[in-house]
Amino acid sequence: MSTLATARPANYLSVDPGVMSWLLTKDHKRIGILYLVSISVFFLVGAVSAAVIRLSLFTPEGALLHGQAYNKMFSLHGISMIFFFLIPSIPAVLGNFLLPLMIGARDVAFPRLNLLSWYIFVLGGASTLIAATTGGVDTGWTFYTPFSSIYSNTNVTLTAVGVFITGFSSILTGLNFLVTIHKMRAPGLSWSRLPLFVWAHYATSLIMILGTPVVAITLLMVGLERGLGIGLFDPALGGDPILFQHLFWFYSHPAVYIMILPSMGVVSEVIACFSRKRIFGYEFVAGSSLAIAVIGFFVWGHHMFVSGQSVYAGLVFSLLSFLVAIPSGVKVFNWTATLYKGSVAYHAPMLYALGFIGLFTIGGLTGLFLATLGTDVHLTDTYFVVAHFHYIMVGGAITGFMGGLHFWWPKITGWLYPEGWSRAAALLLFVGFNLTFFPQFILGYNGMLRRTYTYPPEFQVLNVMSTAGASILAVGYLIPVIYLLWSLRYGQAAGPNPWGATGLEWTAPSPPPPGNFEKIPVVTEEAYAYSTMETRRA
Amino acid sequence: MPETHSEPHLQHHFVALEQQQEASTLGMWAFLITEIMFFGGLFTLFTAYVSAYSEAFAEGSRHLDLVLGAVNTVVLIGSSFTMAMAVRSAQLGKRKALLGFLALTTLLGCAFLGIKGIEYAHKFKQRLLPGPAFRVDSPASQHVQLFFSFYFAMTGLHALHMVVGVGLMTWLLFHGWRGRFTPTYFWPVELSGLYWHFVDIVWIFLFPVLYLVARHS
Ligand SMILES: [Cu+2]
Repeated sequence: MSTLATARPANYLSVDPGVMSWLLTKDHKRIGILYLVSISVFFLVGAVSAAVIRLSLFTPEGALLHGQAYNKMFSLHGISMIFFFLIPSIPAVLGNFLLPLMIGARDVAFPRLNLLSWYIFVLGGASTLIAATTGGVDTGWTFYTPFSSIYSNTNVTLTAVGVFITGFSSILTGLNFLVTIHKMRAPGLSWSRLPLFVWAHYATSLIMILGTPVVAITLLMVGLERGLGIGLFDPALGGDPILFQHLFWFYSHPAVYIMILPSMGVVSEVIACFSRKRIFGYEFVAGSSLAIAVIGFFVWGHHMFVSGQSVYAGLVFSLLSFLVAIPSGVKVFNWTATLYKGSVAYHAPMLYALGFIGLFTIGGLTGLFLATLGTDVHLTDTYFVVAHFHYIMVGGAITGFMGGLHFWWPKITGWLYPEGWSRAAALLLFVGFNLTFFPQFILGYNGMLRRTYTYPPEFQVLNVMSTAGASILAVGYLIPVIYLLWSLRYGQAAGPNPWGATGLEWTAPSPPPPGNFEKIPVVTEEAYAYSTMETRRA
Repeated sequence: MPETHSEPHLQHHFVALEQQQEASTLGMWAFLITEIMFFGGLFTLFTAYVSAYSEAFAEGSRHLDLVLGAVNTVVLIGSSFTMAMAVRSAQLGKRKALLGFLALTTLLGCAFLGIKGIEYAHKFKQRLLPGPAFRVDSPASQHVQLFFSFYFAMTGLHALHMVVGVGLMTWLLFHGWRGRFTPTYFWPVELSGLYWHFVDIVWIFLFPVLYLVARHS
């Protein structure tokens, strides 16, 4: 890095490049990079375990893994992808890097807390990885009691401790963002001028603050039950395992919005930039993030329609779950309306954003099938559910993450990546993803159960399609890794604003200097003022 | 490079001391909200079980030492008073009074923990610690054990927060002794006070819920 840096003005990468200075940094941009490196490790763990699962499902009797080995593999996949990749992905990497830049601040409100959150993340991640390599865990990412608390004789305690610890890194990130957005905005940057990426992170922070402590205490109770034998969910003592599910989903449904809302923020930025237009219905897109965050706290029961909760509770949860479709629909309609009559340019971030809209729409609509009491009874625990949430979490959240990483890569590193390769990778990801997961809707509708290592022979054709799709998807992930790293050495210098985008982050040099701005900027116009930008240029 | 400031307590990424203070205050409130959600999970669960096993929970409650619980409540309320006085002293720039009230708060906090320890020791001797050694002479002994699971989980978690609070007090004492707090820079004392009052309030809920309400239901 140091050889490159001599050619460029001093920036956050070039000042003090030693290892210790990185490990003790309080610069939000460096902490974002630290997070990027660590979540990449967990993405690799999650992706390799997914590959092993798909390979094993190549044949009906299970080609690679049987019984508990298979259970451990899908548990590893779920736990590392959800708690250690998806939840921190956009907030901890792009959010950390961009929020202060976007609101014209020198750093987040609590830089030391920010660094602490990364260390907590690493500690939690290490516990979970140690648990995985010294025997693994077979409960799935959901840790349902009483299996997790009494019957499973795998490394549940250490894994739960790891997830518990990591929860606090998420809480600290949310707290930091909330205060940063409230108190650190540049002069003139009113709430109605905030970029939608910031609004999305505001809503996400609320969920992190309100939801994460609940799952933390719940996992702590499971740990106490296993470790000390004080059985809060133990049926033998009169405890009710269903209460675990209530508390778990009280967090874990909103957690889906921790994963998807930041992606929606990315999509809003990218769509506006590559349509050269103000986002249609800005207020509604911003407000819908808050609406999703709030309603999201009252729908957890849709995970428990067949758990024996009362029919009336089921009815209410079903109805409330439908309500989430309204703000989600508002977003999709407004993005589409922004494209209308825009001068659309199909750069890689835009391809990812358009992919997001399509895949998220399919994921959201199939969610309605599952929110309907009657159909859910048929579809519960089938591959239909697996396909649905992968459309949201991979098709939505990860596609958004890839889009954001490409959009801001020139800002983060100062280098441009190759245009052709990046477009090809975005298309490959879209094709590979659909080939992997669309067949799973059909499999699930026809009754193939999830979390089983064998299946009836008549399901093999669709499973082979899915496995083939996964290999294309893998290539779609691998290519960006190669050319993004390549760009660090051979890429062209990006300049402060390669996309001609609005937003304060693009007024800072690429990569930005340690304090972000020479002088704190003063904001005089709304976000996405692309029309005034064009007239100024003409 | 960040510009230099004359104000010694101002961190470089803030524009002004007021901004830094407002951010710290909002941060502490947000933190307390996460704490409410954290304890809220336990309270929700407890409420569900209290309504399901009211008899057994009342019986478990009768095994608790009402006198020690009440004494501890008084001790904690007293500590909240001395904490409030400490904040006031810091605001007025009275260093000696600040140190005195902080020391009193620390002392009362330790007294609470000591009394709690005595209670735990009694419960241990009476074989009321949940687990294989748990013994209680009752037809609903399993549900009584569930009550004690909650008793130890909730008061234990609260005690852990008290330990953190005492640590905070020691930290404040150290910096107060070095004369770091001034009438324009006393919010570390104020915000630690918020935390202290919060932990106090948690006990104000725990005491009736564990020691009193279940007893009469
Ligand atoms: Cu859900």
